[in-house]
Amino acid sequence: MHAIWVISKRELNSFFDSLVSYIFIVVFLGIGGFFTWLFGSDIFLIGQATLQPFFSIAYFTLFFFIPALTMRMLAEEKRIGTIELLLTKAVSDWQVILGKFLSCLILISIALALTLPYYITVWAIGPIDHGAVWCGYLGMILMSMAYIAIGMFASSITNNQIVSFLLALFIGVFFLIIFDVLASSFTGTIGQILNFLSMSTHFEAISRGVIDSRDLLYFLSITALGLMLAQASLSKRNIVE
Amino acid sequence: MSIVVNNLTKKFGSQRAVDNISFEVQTGEILGFLGPNGAGKTTTMKILTCYMAPSDGDAKINNLSILESQDEIKKKIGYLAENNPLYFDMAVLDYLKFVADLQGVKKDKIQNRIAEMVYVCGLNVEKHKKIGELSKGFRQRVGLAQAMIHDPEILILDEPTTGLDPNQIVEIRKLIKELGKQKTVILSTHILPEVEATCDRILIINNGKIVADGTSDMLRKRASGEEMVRVQIRDFDDKDSIVAALKGLDSVAIVDFVKDSPDSFLVTSKENQNSRKEIFKLCVNKNWVLTEMTPIETKLEDIFRELTTN
Repeated sequence: MHAIWVISKRELNSFFDSLVSYIFIVVFLGIGGFFTWLFGSDIFLIGQATLQPFFSIAYFTLFFFIPALTMRMLAEEKRIGTIELLLTKAVSDWQVILGKFLSCLILISIALALTLPYYITVWAIGPIDHGAVWCGYLGMILMSMAYIAIGMFASSITNNQIVSFLLALFIGVFFLIIFDVLASSFTGTIGQILNFLSMSTHFEAISRGVIDSRDLLYFLSITALGLMLAQASLSKRNIVE
Repeated sequence: MSIVVNNLTKKFGSQRAVDNISFEVQTGEILGFLGPNGAGKTTTMKILTCYMAPSDGDAKINNLSILESQDEIKKKIGYLAENNPLYFDMAVLDYLKFVADLQGVKKDKIQNRIAEMVYVCGLNVEKHKKIGELSKGFRQRVGLAQAMIHDPEILILDEPTTGLDPNQIVEIRKLIKELGKQKTVILSTHILPEVEATCDRILIINNGKIVADGTSDMLRKRASGEEMVRVQIRDFDDKDSIVAALKGLDSVAIVDFVKDSPDSFLVTSKENQNSRKEIFKLCVNKNWVLTEMTPIETKLEDIFRELTTN
């Protein structure tokens, strides 16, 4: 556990030492705030005390931003060779993966925590459904976990950051849109499976305030699968032919 | 801490980067790993540091197998990787603290260890700078400092003096020699005088196989076989009779002229024999003026070339 924390602390420092984290937070809050308060189907247009507009825009912004955060995590270390340095220290492959995963999750949690003033403001304007808001945040965190894991996997199989970014988007877009679209054109078991694979089904349920174990299981399994694949790809140097 | 390598093999596709090598290193020994590029030095080091698993064979570090007890072994090894990869965005002190934390150095000792490493590796002037801003020599020192920060019992250094200026090279060699008194050190290099200056034992590896193993003296003996001396005899004009007389000695096998020096001869002794005494006596008997008698040592370069070119 100590090693995981040491690694994620270093990653967080490197986020905050560079402009990455500041740009991420400012743009995330900027886009989120703009569409929540000023433009489109904002809170004043729908006339309800709810954070639903924010969650639906964050649903898309995180889809784009998370691959940008995860793309360098392993790809860059492999490119400059520091991965060798890291893995010859007293840490396991899993600790490296989990440390990096945790750092990214913490950065996103910080960004989400900075949107709490939205919640307080809406609460001051009208009667808000507290349960739905907290579930919405939980949904955001779960969804971020899934995207980070996908991003980590994409980063683990290449040493080019751009390839890693595009690959993470490509995998992500299936969960974001494609499964959803396909589900509507299929019926029966295939339709059900595709519907279950689509992220929006699960995210909407949670952000409405309904926490179903199936939804939790869905996000946690994508996370676990992504991290396991990342770990497998990292340890493939050990494969004995 | 001893290292025992048993029939280690690493295959990349059909290529055998390391081909069934076995050797031992004892505590307090500095082993020089020599070989041309692509001979398998770095691969062997990567296997010993538990970075990658071997295709076959095993290595035991203090009786712990690299296939089983990786976590324990990693704590005991300090490794300076080839090309010295570092996090350029970190300050030197932060980086050393990060490595010390990872290697499980106790919290109350971390500051002491960092201070010691900064002193030993001469990093004091640059310690607050980011690693990316340092010159190559200082980066190399940071690499050495991170390898030694947890006071490991085994040091594995892949080309530790590349990029250093001559003064730094001397300092680092001195440091390695000093460390080698208590620790087990394996270092790889292309620089042959470096091996002679620092290592107790030399291992030459070529195409993944060990082609020579021993001290530099042993290797010389093995490579040259016979003793060779350069003899200069002045003030005697009949060169042919000198050659004939030298050839007539029991211990002498071959006598050659030396180019550009008409008074000198190269005398090769017969195997396992020493001809210097007889040459001297001959000159005394014949009343020749012997002005030079120098044993010619085979250079390590020659041995290296002989062993690694097919």
